[in-house]
Amino acid sequence: MNDKISKTLAFKLGALLAAMPLTANITPEQRGLEIAVEVDLRDTGFGDTKAEMEMILANRHGEKSQRQMAMRTLEVEGDGDKTLITFDQPRDVKGTAFLSFTHKEGPDDQWLYLPALKRVKRIASNNKSGPFVGSEFAYEDLSSQEVEKYTYKFIRDEEVDGAPFHVIERYPVDRKSGYTRQVVWVDRNRYIVTQIDFYDRKDELLKTLAFEDYQQYLDKFWRADRMMMVNHQTGKQTELLWSDYQFGNDYTSRDFDQRSLQNAR
Amino acid sequence: MKTIFEAKKVWWLLGLLSAAPATILASEWSGYLTAEIRAFERSPLDGEQKGGASAAAIFESEFYQEWNDGDQALEFTPYFRIDSHDEERDLIDIRELSYLHVHEDWEFRVGISKVFWGVAESQHLVDTINQTDLVANPDGEDKLGQPMAQAVYVSRYGDFSAFVLPYFRERTFPGREGRLRSIPWVDTDNPIYESSDEDAHVDFAFRWFNVIGDFDIGLHYFRGTSRDPGFIPEGDSSGRAVLRPYYQQMDQVGLDLQYTKEGWLWKLEALGRETSTDRYSAMVGGFEYTIYGLFGSSMDLGLLTEVHLDSRGLAAPTPFNRDVFAGGRLTWNDDADTSLIAGAFYDPDSGSTLGRVEWERRLKNSYKLEIEAQKLTNIDPRDLFFSLRRDSFLQIAISRYY
Repeated sequence: MNDKISKTLAFKLGALLAAMPLTANITPEQRGLEIAVEVDLRDTGFGDTKAEMEMILANRHGEKSQRQMAMRTLEVEGDGDKTLITFDQPRDVKGTAFLSFTHKEGPDDQWLYLPALKRVKRIASNNKSGPFVGSEFAYEDLSSQEVEKYTYKFIRDEEVDGAPFHVIERYPVDRKSGYTRQVVWVDRNRYIVTQIDFYDRKDELLKTLAFEDYQQYLDKFWRADRMMMVNHQTGKQTELLWSDYQFGNDYTSRDFDQRSLQNAR
Repeated sequence: MKTIFEAKKVWWLLGLLSAAPATILASEWSGYLTAEIRAFERSPLDGEQKGGASAAAIFESEFYQEWNDGDQALEFTPYFRIDSHDEERDLIDIRELSYLHVHEDWEFRVGISKVFWGVAESQHLVDTINQTDLVANPDGEDKLGQPMAQAVYVSRYGDFSAFVLPYFRERTFPGREGRLRSIPWVDTDNPIYESSDEDAHVDFAFRWFNVIGDFDIGLHYFRGTSRDPGFIPEGDSSGRAVLRPYYQQMDQVGLDLQYTKEGWLWKLEALGRETSTDRYSAMVGGFEYTIYGLFGSSMDLGLLTEVHLDSRGLAAPTPFNRDVFAGGRLTWNDDADTSLIAGAFYDPDSGSTLGRVEWERRLKNSYKLEIEAQKLTNIDPRDLFFSLRRDSFLQIAISRYY
């Protein structure tokens, strides 16, 4: 609740600052935060979602392998979201499930369900920079994007193919992050992220993530049907194709606990 | 009359299934077929054991059907295994045939099922409900299906589970011609039960589980037939020496606890058990530490150490009376999910060592190759593994998943 107020305050403050004459001193840091808060605010209140995800991994020779999973998300007010991912393909990992409680600050809580043993295993969660199921997505790329996880800096406004964008940089607060910075393109009309450039610990360009085919749900929330992650250093890439997005599933925290992790398919 | 009634019910159920709208139904078959070859380093110790490499085929299939977004579900998992050398390794089992009903904070499961308790890696001490299918793999990870009725109440104070277990499953042991067995072998055709109800004794169990911050805590109480048999040496019908498994009644309390902090997992399992002839405690505890992004790669290395203790000391009828386990798990994090697990049990009293290596990798999208080796060295005559001292082996398995 407090967080909600602080978010709203920050937003109002941002709006106020934006309305002031240009002579007033808005630092690029304040302007960057303002944009990040607006992006976050426009996606606040989605409640819960359920979607199917197809992951296509390709190496530099173009050899492909495919994974199929389903993802449920519960928005948690004042903290990071809860997610439950169940695997369907490849078949040898079918039934494996992954439960994650993300937090605005500090490490996430993560559990893995191994169907062969029917075992739930709490796993260490300081692997943020590690690859998620062998893909080019790190855990931190897929976990819920909270304003508090970064500090920000406004870089410039620009037009790409006639469409207006804000370009901001964000710097991970968590020292376990695999990145020094991320350059983020924000669509100025819809306040959605369309591209992220990831810079590694040596500040060299590591990956680019492009969000494509955004669809709007409940007349408010935008979700990309396709995400393309390209690793510039290894030539590998991972494509995520989302389908069957459903909002308003009436999920509660009971749908994201140890028991539901064991029963999930 | 009764059978007709039952048959009617089945038809009614089938009719219901086919009539239900597709949107609330999700049913599917999945499973695998494995071909496995096991080659032993040395010829067998006992002349009755068959020498040479053995081959086995394993087929497991799962049928899953759910209703109302998984609030009701039916699971059926038959399991078949056939072995070239040891007929005791041939098995038809129902690993799962259960119906799940979830109603808000309550869950009910009825049928044959599997339940896992515990946190440790090198031994599953407190994992009590299901019997071990020891011939599937000597590591004891495979379990037989257990008939049960289970009720779970989920609350803010944790999950409370109650189990009624109306039928007992005997442990599987290698037969006369098989390897990796005791000498003399275990005569599974003639078990002895302490209870006059034998395998129809109704067992009960209760468990509480909760997550409190960085701690995952489980406590249980079990009353009924011990899944771990004792052995009584006797002659079989042809006068050959055998060990008859002896299943006692027991009362058991147990704890499993994990503390998770950054890359560290601290683990403890402990139990106290009372039978008509014995009262003892046992524990396994240790840590797992994972180094992520080994040497700047995307590989992870998990380091694992666990200590095993049993209050009965050298007299304990378990190989884990006073042992130390140390091992590592290397995960490639590649698209083939390649992993290598290596570890060894060491008994400081006798110097006996059992080492194990497991490597696996997915091939294409639906095959998996698994290579496993077990090596016993310096086995002391007092050690329970003494009769396995010539049974170090290499196993290669290829599985097709669908």
